Amino acid sequence: MARAVTQQRKIINTAAAWAVGLLIFFPILWTILTSFKTEAQAIADPPIFLGFDWTLENYSAVMERSNYGRFLWNSVIIAGGSTILGIIIAIPAAWSMAFVPSKRTKDILLWMLSTKMLPAVGVLYPIYLLFIQLGILDTKVGLVIVLMLINLPIIVWMLYTYFKEIPGEILEAARMDGASLKDEVLYVLTPMAIPGIASTLLLNVILAWNEAFWTLNLTAAKAAPLTAFIASYSSPEGLFYAKLSAASTMAIAPILILGWFSQKQLVSGLTFGAVK
Amino acid sequence: MSFRNSVYAATAMSLVTAGGAFAEIITIATVNNGDMIRMQGLTDDFTAKTGHEVEWVTLEENVLRQRVTTDISTKGGAFDIMTIGMYETPIWGANGWLVPLDDLSAEYDVDDLLPAMRSGLSHEGTLYAAPFYGESSMIMYRTDLMEKAGLEMPKAPTWQFIREAAAAMTDRDNDINGICLRGKAGWGEGGAFITVTGNSFGARWFDEDWNAQFDQPEWAEALNFYVDMMNESGPAGFATNGFNENLSLFQQGKCGMWIDATVAASFVTDPEDSTVADKVGFALAPNSEGVEKRANWLWAWALAIPAGTQKEDAAMQFIEWATSKDYIELVAEKEGWANVPPGARSSLYENPEYQKVPFAQMTLDSIKAADPQNPTVEPVPYVGIQFVAIPEFAGIATEVSQEFSAAYAGQQTVEEALAKAQALTNDAMEAAGYR
Repeated sequence: MARAVTQQRKIINTAAAWAVGLLIFFPILWTILTSFKTEAQAIADPPIFLGFDWTLENYSAVMERSNYGRFLWNSVIIAGGSTILGIIIAIPAAWSMAFVPSKRTKDILLWMLSTKMLPAVGVLYPIYLLFIQLGILDTKVGLVIVLMLINLPIIVWMLYTYFKEIPGEILEAARMDGASLKDEVLYVLTPMAIPGIASTLLLNVILAWNEAFWTLNLTAAKAAPLTAFIASYSSPEGLFYAKLSAASTMAIAPILILGWFSQKQLVSGLTFGAVK
Repeated sequence: MSFRNSVYAATAMSLVTAGGAFAEIITIATVNNGDMIRMQGLTDDFTAKTGHEVEWVTLEENVLRQRVTTDISTKGGAFDIMTIGMYETPIWGANGWLVPLDDLSAEYDVDDLLPAMRSGLSHEGTLYAAPFYGESSMIMYRTDLMEKAGLEMPKAPTWQFIREAAAAMTDRDNDINGICLRGKAGWGEGGAFITVTGNSFGARWFDEDWNAQFDQPEWAEALNFYVDMMNESGPAGFATNGFNENLSLFQQGKCGMWIDATVAASFVTDPEDSTVADKVGFALAPNSEGVEKRANWLWAWALAIPAGTQKEDAAMQFIEWATSKDYIELVAEKEGWANVPPGARSSLYENPEYQKVPFAQMTLDSIKAADPQNPTVEPVPYVGIQFVAIPEFAGIATEVSQEFSAAYAGQQTVEEALAKAQALTNDAMEAAGYR
């Protein structure tokens, strides 16, 4: 039975949730605010919160200097492509681990996760040399493959957890009705796991969008995504914080909007299976 | 294949090859600073003159360094031109990673390059990178605060004078610090500054047998002097201040003096960003009384061609265009003389128009006062003023500067920091096979 919640307690809880939410969101808010300041106002001490002359000059400077559209397009292809490819590979893998586990399934899962424990820079040179040999340096294809591989353990783990929640009897019933393995995965399992797959998809798009080691180190002019766009505005010798903030805002805006519209999916997916 | 098709194919092939020979797309990796961004805006002039097009990869300095080092050491070929500094050029030149620039045209006038720049970007007398702009370091000070303190800044002051002036200018009630200096860890940040400060007290990184020298009295004197002066007259939290933090403090009128890169002069005198634009004076970086070396460094951002690029001719043409006298004229015409890239060519400083720029002469004097071949009082086995041009230096100096920053922050004593620096430097040099 649900606990009775008093009005007072409700108000306190709401206020606390808002406070924590604002605290977490504050750095992003500050970046967005700074992007509308002049360079002098951006470094003012004490900092100016809202009482400044709002200007769009940083955005026009950034648009004039950089080909934002190209960076954005590269980000969309790389983040979207690597996630979709990862899901296509991970669904059968997670299916087999969830429904026909063997003695070693747990070990395989752990081993997959262990690849995430290596610092990326440790394999920079081998991967770079491979990319040169394969001729995929500074291409979107190369980045789609690398980011897919990096995020694959997370995708498999997430899907595995969701699939475990689905009763095996349903799949069994489908099989008894004459469904082939393909039909079973495609028409029974996948539709039932849609919330889980959707949240996996969203989370991985976000991870791939923000990935800033490989996307910087394996690209030059052609395949560089928005992470390289931001890096081109950072400078240790010169105060260009307002322009940097404008570039950052432009880089995170698409993913922020996507996250906002899909927050229901994200939250339900992430808490899926938390209560049995 | 029919005759007609063969003709079409042959024509198409010849067009493709002709196009290839005349118009290339070159990829250039560069840093994000005002002069480089200006150059990107003027690339159309290069394309109009040569037909070649340019794709820019602009990155933050440290990201760029990692990125181009990975590419050149694996012969990746992602870039046709790389923007590198005085630290990398001699090392990479010695490794055979760069195309020697020994075939520059007569009108380029290579002898016009400032001698200090040319020697810092050469290995065994061969130029490997063309300086796009050069800088040294100098004192920037508030003329009004100096006057208020009843002092006059000599053209070439000593550290002892600087300390006295800093104490006199400090006004804690009004949030004015007599002096702002770098303390932030990192070989290119606080590490660079304390290395030149060491030079000006007669200290050096290594003796001629590559033994670390942090156990010598000159280092103790330099470091104690710095810490005492900063505690008396520096801003709170100076141990984490770098170039940008000090620039911000100075522009807001919170520093009496600031010793840093000459390139900062154009920022602090810009009325749009600086509240003290019309009250800034310049002087040579100081030395300790009786020591002939001053605390000024030498740096250049230069353009180099990685060996093995397919587009060497087009890359060479770009370098000649970007570091030419004509390019300087082009910037002057479009953006004014104060915005031309400084510090690379002698002829710039003979130009009467440029001599009117307030910081021009002091920049030149500072560059001339720096000698990368003989950076210290005692002889050393290395080239470089604020760095030691060996591949191991960046790693070692970053660790040493972390120990120093911990001493600035009061987490350990100067003596402890020096002892640790001595041990870790000797260990690293031994492991690398120098000792």
